[in-house]
Amino acid sequence: MEKKELTNKERLAIPPQKMPEQDPAKRIRNVNEVPLGFTEEQAVAEANRCLQCKNAPCVKGCPVAINIPAFIKLICEKRYRESINVIKETSILPAVCGRVCPQEEQCQAPCTVGKSLKSVDLAVQIGKLERFAADWEMAQPASESPAIKPHTGKRIAVIGSGPAGVTVAADCRRDGHEVTVFEALHKAGGVLVYGIPEFRLPKKIVGREVDNLIRMGVEVRTNMVIGKIATLDELMEEGYDAVFVGTGAGLPQFLNIPGENLNVVYSANEYLTRANLMKAYSFPVTDTPIARAKNIAVFGGGNVAMDSARTALRLGADNVYLIYRRSRVEMPARKEEVHHAEEEGVHLMLLQNPVRITGNDKGWVTGVECIRMELCEPDESGRCRPEPIRGSEFTIPVDACIVAVGNASNPLIPQTTPDLETNRHGNILADPNTLKTSKRGVFAGGDIVLGAATVILAMGQGRKAAKAINDYLATGAW
Amino acid sequence: MNKIQEKEFLSPQVFRIRVESPAIARKRKAGQFIILRTCDDGERIPLTIADADPHHGWIELVVQIVGKTTKALSELAVGDMVCDLAGPLGRPTHIELFGTVVTVGGGIGIAPAHPIAQAMKAAGNTVISILGGRSKELIIMEKKMRAASDEVIITTDDGSYGMKGFVTDAVQKLIDEGKRIDQTIAIGPPIMMKQVSLLTKKYNIPTLVSLNTIMVDGTGMCGGCRVTVGDKTKFVCVDGPEFDGHLVNFDEMMMRLAMYKDREKESIDHACKIRA
Repeated sequence: MEKKELTNKERLAIPPQKMPEQDPAKRIRNVNEVPLGFTEEQAVAEANRCLQCKNAPCVKGCPVAINIPAFIKLICEKRYRESINVIKETSILPAVCGRVCPQEEQCQAPCTVGKSLKSVDLAVQIGKLERFAADWEMAQPASESPAIKPHTGKRIAVIGSGPAGVTVAADCRRDGHEVTVFEALHKAGGVLVYGIPEFRLPKKIVGREVDNLIRMGVEVRTNMVIGKIATLDELMEEGYDAVFVGTGAGLPQFLNIPGENLNVVYSANEYLTRANLMKAYSFPVTDTPIARAKNIAVFGGGNVAMDSARTALRLGADNVYLIYRRSRVEMPARKEEVHHAEEEGVHLMLLQNPVRITGNDKGWVTGVECIRMELCEPDESGRCRPEPIRGSEFTIPVDACIVAVGNASNPLIPQTTPDLETNRHGNILADPNTLKTSKRGVFAGGDIVLGAATVILAMGQGRKAAKAINDYLATGAW
Repeated sequence: MNKIQEKEFLSPQVFRIRVESPAIARKRKAGQFIILRTCDDGERIPLTIADADPHHGWIELVVQIVGKTTKALSELAVGDMVCDLAGPLGRPTHIELFGTVVTVGGGIGIAPAHPIAQAMKAAGNTVISILGGRSKELIIMEKKMRAASDEVIITTDDGSYGMKGFVTDAVQKLIDEGKRIDQTIAIGPPIMMKQVSLLTKKYNIPTLVSLNTIMVDGTGMCGGCRVTVGDKTKFVCVDGPEFDGHLVNFDEMMMRLAMYKDREKESIDHACKIRA
């Protein structure tokens, strides 16, 4: 019997599906993924909440403009293979993006369903549906590689295998160019492998999506520190016709407070790299050690701070204090991540700021002295500047600190490429539309241009850069 | 790539391996290092490039067995592959014509001192090399160092070879003899570099030290290797490894080096259990 089309009213009446999650008490003792994914029934029910708007405001909210209504409609019809293929036309990392994009600020923010129900939290859960389609494909014996145009004979070097570089590599490869990705670490994926923890993004999934790239014919070369083993000029002399720099913002910032070089004060980058890339959570089965502190202070309020705090719990901490100088509303972390962290028992210490880390005579951390803060009137940038409240200092005992107050761009490439213009923060200057830099044939995108941003914004930049690279290689016009 | 071409024990705990790596061999300069992993669950460790041949495409590493990873590396045979090898990393040594340069190599530090002595000599300097060790069998690469230097002084703590005493005694002797020293470069255990720096500071002799802190990535993205130089925090992997010995906070650095002592033992014990 032909199934009757649902009316918009009926669609709006379908409750948002709740993705099952690992129980907080259990999950803080393992590194397995927290959200378990939609069942097929849930995915179809959630997909049926989509109104298939003609103007598709959601697509405009997606930095890589995935054809969202189309892939969702195919899920309604249980045509999963076609659904994932629609996503893959524009996104090379659907299993990753479905998990880590801040959809509430992007595709789900303008969703008509959310607007009608007067809450962005009630919008169609596009990210979770994207994840469903990607996970469905990974469970199949084979995935379909996108079509590759005939060989052009042109060569492209992509520096960095993070989200920006991977997107450029895929898009340029599709156009028929020969693409080599250079990665400094021993594993490809950038922040997806060293930064975002296993429990948010299983490394197996990143590995599968990188493998798809290799299956398309992209060469991925690890252990290649560009700037050291070869400069951009040397790559171009070697015969690369275009270079894309997607080296990210991997330079950790410290607070420059006393005691920051004591033992067991980590940058979040170091802590997460040891835990994720080096799998220190399996030490001594794996060789890289990591401190197993019982009381840990994490400084910062972004996603990296949440990831560090939640990783610390999984490494056996009893108390994790997340110390943030502004209030909850200013926290840059995703609401979902803050919620998960609190659910797992992370203590949020808002409007407080570390001023000094104390240590014993052997040089180990014993505590952190903090000061309470208050928010003043918003300044010209619209941000409330936190000011310390005099005399409100207090100390909490901790045996480890993790500094997660942001990253700056890595200077290795600009340092060795004098004709590449950067701003005063060390970010490479690139045209916002074409991602062209000051150096002919060199494009740049992602965090090395934007400063520390998000996975999908990096991919969006990669998408634009790839188009510009493909145009440049076709016409030769700069 | 990364194939081990030669392996030789220089002393019971110190070995030399020659690894095929044409790209690094072509690019590296004196003072630089590599990061390697021996296997897939392995850790990343930094090792200084002791020698390289751009024509034949190899680099040489001199390694002291101190823990699980260096032991694993010592057990690889000629023909085996090193799983991951990244480099060259760090800033090269600043080489120029200073006049008389004294290179001080303590124990395993003799290996990284070698390419620097070579480069300093090639730049026209008079090179005096001091090689120090606890006892005779810990003095490595004597022949190579003689070839790279105008004069070689050997010291052993127990007097079993050369002059009895520490490398600082040899430096002091040169100073006492009225030898003009324009630049000193000290590489070895942190306590040795600290003592050399304290001594040369008294006589205002410019002194470079090559720091060997804990590292993870070696590319500047984690800060695990940070040290205080003057009043600034520096990353050894990208700002160094060489710094002005008179400005380095050695006490803080030695304290930080002890950070994983217990864990290192746990790792070795674990490896022993697996093998047993």
